[in-house]
Amino acid sequence: MKINDVILKTVVKGVVFIILTLGVYLFFSGHNAPGGGFIGGLVLGSGIVLLYLTYDIETIHRKMPFDFKKVAAFGVLLATGTAIGSLYFEAPFLTQTDGYFTLPILGEKHLSTVTIFEAGVALTVVGTLVTIILSISEDE
Amino acid sequence: MKEAVLLIALTLFMVAIGLQLYRVIIGPSMPDRAIALDTIGVNLISAIAIVSIVLKTKAFLEAILILGILAFISTIAISKYIERGVIVERKGNR
Repeated sequence: MKINDVILKTVVKGVVFIILTLGVYLFFSGHNAPGGGFIGGLVLGSGIVLLYLTYDIETIHRKMPFDFKKVAAFGVLLATGTAIGSLYFEAPFLTQTDGYFTLPILGEKHLSTVTIFEAGVALTVVGTLVTIILSISEDE
Repeated sequence: MKEAVLLIALTLFMVAIGLQLYRVIIGPSMPDRAIALDTIGVNLISAIAIVSIVLKTKAFLEAILILGILAFISTIAISKYIERGVIVERKGNR
């Protein structure tokens, strides 16, 4: 049976970019505003779940060939990697550092290693969310 | 005056959400429930916006955006479940 869902597909093609942009914004606004790695990862994961809902698993796997279990594993590895990295500088486990740097175009910016840790958290959340949704909603 | 108007509007939104909860629980057919859930999402967004005006803060704007996204995705999921029985298809048949 052919299913006619042109409106849904056309709307989702535009809306997914808005959702992913909001996810990246929430990821980077995590220090002093609502947001952070967990919330950003949840929004990014719901954008990917929206793609899977609208299209099907084979199409999305052809365009986006990730194994999301490996994405989650890589996220945990990244987060614990930054945590272990502090041990080499005679600092306690999970110590994070920051500093103010002057970049060529952007001016003075506040950079910290918490961002790398948060990237690991976000990757873990995306991988776990998409794996759970795909596991409980498959038809066979 | 402005506070009173905002509080009355908030109360009316809560009454509307209560009426839609009746439609979600009792609702004779599944499309009634889908539309009621979508309307609950829209009314929650409006209620959060009014709360954010009352409290004079911008911290709830991200909550409004995320609630809109989740209401959109959940409406699509419920509609697809009602229409086809599966939510995520293995391969496209079109």
